[in-house]
Amino acid sequence: MREIVVFSLLNGAVYGLLLFMLSSGLTLIFSMMGVLNFAHASVFMLGAYLSWQISRWIGFWPALVVAPLLCGLVGAAIERYGLARVHRLGHVAEILFTFGLAYVIGELVIMAWGRNPIENRVPASIDFAAFRIYGTSYPFYKVLMTMISVGMFAFLWLAFKRTRVGLVIQAALTHPRMVSALGHDVPRLFVLVFAIGSALAGLAGVIGGFALLTEPNMAAALGPIVFVVIVVGGLGSIPGAFIASMLIGVVQTFAVAVDYSLADLLRALGMGLPPGSALREMLAIKLSQAAPLIPYLLLVLMLIVRPRGLMGTRDT
Amino acid sequence: MRELFHRIAKYGLALAAVLAALPAAADTLKIGYIDPLSGGAASAGVNAQKHMIFFIDRINAAGGLNGQKLELLSYDNKVNPQESLIMLKKAIDEGARIVMQGNGSAVALALTDAVLKHNERNPGKEVLFFNYAAIDPALTNEKCNFWHFRFDADVDMKMAAFGDVIAADKDIHKVYLINQDYSFGKAVAAAAHRILAAKRPDVQIVGDELHPLQKIQDFSPYVAKIKASGADTVITGNWSNDMLLLFKAGKDAGLKVNWFTYYGGGLGSVPAIGHDGVGYLKQVTEHHKNVLPYLLPEEVAFHKRFTDKSDEMYYWRIRNMFAMLEAAAKKAKSNDPVKLAHALEGLKLDTPLGPMEMRADNHQLLQPLFVSTLSDKVKYDVEHSGLGFKTDKKISAADTAMPTTCKMTRP
Repeated sequence: MREIVVFSLLNGAVYGLLLFMLSSGLTLIFSMMGVLNFAHASVFMLGAYLSWQISRWIGFWPALVVAPLLCGLVGAAIERYGLARVHRLGHVAEILFTFGLAYVIGELVIMAWGRNPIENRVPASIDFAAFRIYGTSYPFYKVLMTMISVGMFAFLWLAFKRTRVGLVIQAALTHPRMVSALGHDVPRLFVLVFAIGSALAGLAGVIGGFALLTEPNMAAALGPIVFVVIVVGGLGSIPGAFIASMLIGVVQTFAVAVDYSLADLLRALGMGLPPGSALREMLAIKLSQAAPLIPYLLLVLMLIVRPRGLMGTRDT
Repeated sequence: MRELFHRIAKYGLALAAVLAALPAAADTLKIGYIDPLSGGAASAGVNAQKHMIFFIDRINAAGGLNGQKLELLSYDNKVNPQESLIMLKKAIDEGARIVMQGNGSAVALALTDAVLKHNERNPGKEVLFFNYAAIDPALTNEKCNFWHFRFDADVDMKMAAFGDVIAADKDIHKVYLINQDYSFGKAVAAAAHRILAAKRPDVQIVGDELHPLQKIQDFSPYVAKIKASGADTVITGNWSNDMLLLFKAGKDAGLKVNWFTYYGGGLGSVPAIGHDGVGYLKQVTEHHKNVLPYLLPEEVAFHKRFTDKSDEMYYWRIRNMFAMLEAAAKKAKSNDPVKLAHALEGLKLDTPLGPMEMRADNHQLLQPLFVSTLSDKVKYDVEHSGLGFKTDKKISAADTAMPTTCKMTRP
């Protein structure tokens, strides 16, 4: 029993941190620019592919730096030559633009690397067990992932709440005219934010690429859960995204370990269902079977009870 | 306004002229291939499509069926039953007389019903349904019909093959079942319960897990559960990403169990488990590269034509399917679907791996099955991994037969 609890906590926390890695850049872009970037998961995928390609040429550690930088450049280009022109047309235009971009990146990835999953294995230099617990080894790359994710959180928190640039960027969101009147180049600030957000997605992609599966569908597979994280956490709140990621990771992982259903609970309470009841089949679904649905359930509940999310400042 | 009408009339005439010129192409026997060609399951659909192209070209090069050339029409169904029904309609409208599909039993169940309805309503325009991979037993039992033919062994036949191996291996005591939460996964779990109870009643089933289909990114929590249960053997029908990611999580946690898999040899899975799978990863298939001491001519030619690393000739059964089609056309001396279907019933054919037979009572192909284990000492490896499969046990076609509840009406 204790074993299951320990592993669920550990696995849940690691999964949560992975989710945070993915959603931090998205939250950053939303909080600073008010753009809901549907292409974020695609940049994450691009990061995974680029890092795989680059690490074949110059090794894993340089790729860990170069791939996110390239993704940052891609992000800067997207903002500078695409989104910047769309901003003044309003949010619908922005969303449509990023939505279309997600498809374009997806097709480009298929053209460059094919439809099948590529063999993105854990690099040999970090492919060893960090520690053993209850006879189960724990891979080092997950430890590395944890460190990077926590590092991202610290960086974002400090950079945007405690530095001058961060304050200027925040001011530019609500009062762009005033900020530019004070002599700041607002469009350039936006390019910077978008580049950092994309670089974070790329960095998540480097680790996520071999932690998960590098294939053209990975963006589509991870897109929805990332949106759950930022809505539950509160749109635009970085601490909120962190808490929501951990919550979703741990709750979902614990749910997998629970082999009981609502029907079992009712039986324990002495409320057996009549045989042949229509509800019977639905209530007999084990919690572990429904585990991956829980984040979405949480999303719906959150939107009903508290539309602004855990730490959000405005209603979604 | 009048000008507009003129213009429409003009283009309409031109279109009619083009359509009238088309029958030259209508002389082919059209085969509609309905499977995922985009999205998450596309790798399987595209790989099978290459098999289709390959065998159709071979038949055409030899003069076609009764002098008629075959033509492949491909439709992307995104493994979605509703989408598949639209694609089936499109295929029929474009003249397909045989449809082929494999990925997803839910899709196959939808298609077999739709084909049955179409054929009842359109006598003289019947369509056959060749299923090369959807293996829910229902398709040849309670849901069987005259138009559906299955060229892959069903869940029960494959589990029975595993049952024989497990019965002989006295080191297996605790079995964990992990499957996808839909008709196929449930059929695998049910077959495992039934067959283990019959062949090894002393074996304990310590877990029976159903997880959502192709939705899990990280299988670590499931692997933790398998470890905690003390299982020495895992039986799974998982395919595609669900198989790869389960292997990956197992490898990360250092899980050492016997894997009895339906699709553990599928694209990407062997590289995912790597050397950890040597001696542990087992699969049941109609073919693998080391099934004979040499490669078969079809394999050599296939690998010559498709040279990408992921272009494995995984579906020997597609070869068998076209061989049966060719033989049926010869026997019927016609390419009419109804005559082809009658000719296929009970048709027997020799293959390099042993005789095969299309059962007349439920339209299930009986072909030799092989239980094999991953090994690092084989002549031919999978996806350049240095690892390949080695046969543990061959089950001859006749021994794979299962009782059926199928009652079909024949035209």
